[in-house]
Amino acid sequence: MTPPPVAGSVISTVNLVKIYSNGGVPVPAVRGVDLRVEAGEFVAIMGPSGSGKSTLVHMLGGLDSRTSGEIWLDGRRADTLGESAWALLRRRKIGFVFQFFNLVATMTVADNVELPALLAGASAREARERRERLLAELGLTGRADASPAQLAGGEQQRVALARALANRPSLLLADEPTGNLDSRNTRDVLRLIGEVHRGGQTVVLVTHDARVAGMADRVISLLDGQVVDDGTVGAARRRPRGTAGDVVELRG
Amino acid sequence: MRLPLLALLAKEPAHGYELKQSLEQIFGDAYPSPNIGQIYVTLGRLEKDGLVRAVDVEQSNRPNKKVYYLTAPGREALDTWADEPADGPRIRDEFFMKLVLAPMTGLADRMVLINRQRRHYLGLMRDLHDLAERTAQDDRVALLLIEGAMLHLQADLDWLERCQEELP
Ligand SMILES: Nc1ncnc2c1ncn2[C@@H]1O[C@H](COP(=O)(O)OP(=O)(O)OP(=O)(O)O)[C@@H](O)[C@H]1O
Ligand SMILES: [Mg+2]
Repeated sequence: MTPPPVAGSVISTVNLVKIYSNGGVPVPAVRGVDLRVEAGEFVAIMGPSGSGKSTLVHMLGGLDSRTSGEIWLDGRRADTLGESAWALLRRRKIGFVFQFFNLVATMTVADNVELPALLAGASAREARERRERLLAELGLTGRADASPAQLAGGEQQRVALARALANRPSLLLADEPTGNLDSRNTRDVLRLIGEVHRGGQTVVLVTHDARVAGMADRVISLLDGQVVDDGTVGAARRRPRGTAGDVVELRG
Repeated sequence: MRLPLLALLAKEPAHGYELKQSLEQIFGDAYPSPNIGQIYVTLGRLEKDGLVRAVDVEQSNRPNKKVYYLTAPGREALDTWADEPADGPRIRDEFFMKLVLAPMTGLADRMVLINRQRRHYLGLMRDLHDLAERTAQDDRVALLLIEGAMLHLQADLDWLERCQEELP
């Protein structure tokens, strides 16, 4: 018997493993991850391409099954849940931003964002108000009636974030939420994620973007499916020398 | 700092303290404030090289102040500067040396070095982020400078990741 996870943890995994099969050849994508995320934490997951970041967050959101190990969410065993129980859990408390957006192609932007709130039982008016506010914060008000195919990649990405936040999820799982954005749009997205974090929601996001990771309380580095580093970003600020001004150095 | 000072003097003659103020005003919080001693040392060297010249201006109740102005050779140096592409960024070779050499000598483990360096960069990124937040949103010069520093840091982090993948 593994020891029971800490009751207060939003996420806890025990020796979590995922092995894909590629034409009969086993591909280990996640190799024994023990992870614990507390309520209100902002955790960034970094690591090279293929290190298992997407696989890990997909499993945490119930979008991919684990090969072995355990997943506990809010103190309850989750890896043994069936599809429909996962769907319910996501609807109630998890917002998910996919690396490749996964918007519903046949629906407008507005409907894509409102859908999760409606499914979770919000009134049509509530859902609309939240959608309007989220799209405004992400500079997308003018695109509400467009269909996803009419949007640029960066716009689709922001719509995917708005959709994930429409439910006010207690846990936001995001896979490269700024991967396709230019600096200005990244700033909007960072501002929104910062608000979400300050509002007490737990944030776990995969990112290559150091601006995003620099905002996190904690950074986890994956390499070949294993955690090779896990620590606070804040601690690095107590460094022996160097200030922001030293990075910005004019030469001449 | 030589050429930025020459550029400011091309605009108008000035004394050392005015140059310091101009730099601060133009580049805002993003630029590490040059100390006045550094500026006077640089001006002295520029004068010795014939690129600027100084005149003493009398002040009531105070010692004379030196006002610097650009000479013809100074102007030429400035034109050459403006016409040339600037050097590319230098790689953080000190860390790379450490990364390659430390494990060979048993001094440190590569994974530990990389992880520590990553956290350090992310801490710097966080400082830059805070600096950007504190900077007036219409101060384009300072914000662009900060963004440039962020992009450089991003490249350093990407490179760190490559080192982690490639070095055993
Ligand atoms: N459906 C799948 N079938 C087989 N192998 C897969 C599948 N999905 C992922 N993999 C493999 O699992 C490993 C981890 O992939 P994953 O997508 O989690 O990486 P990642 O860290 O998210 O990379 P990136 O930064 O490129 O998004 C890779 O070797 C990948 O090829
Ligand atoms: Mg991925």
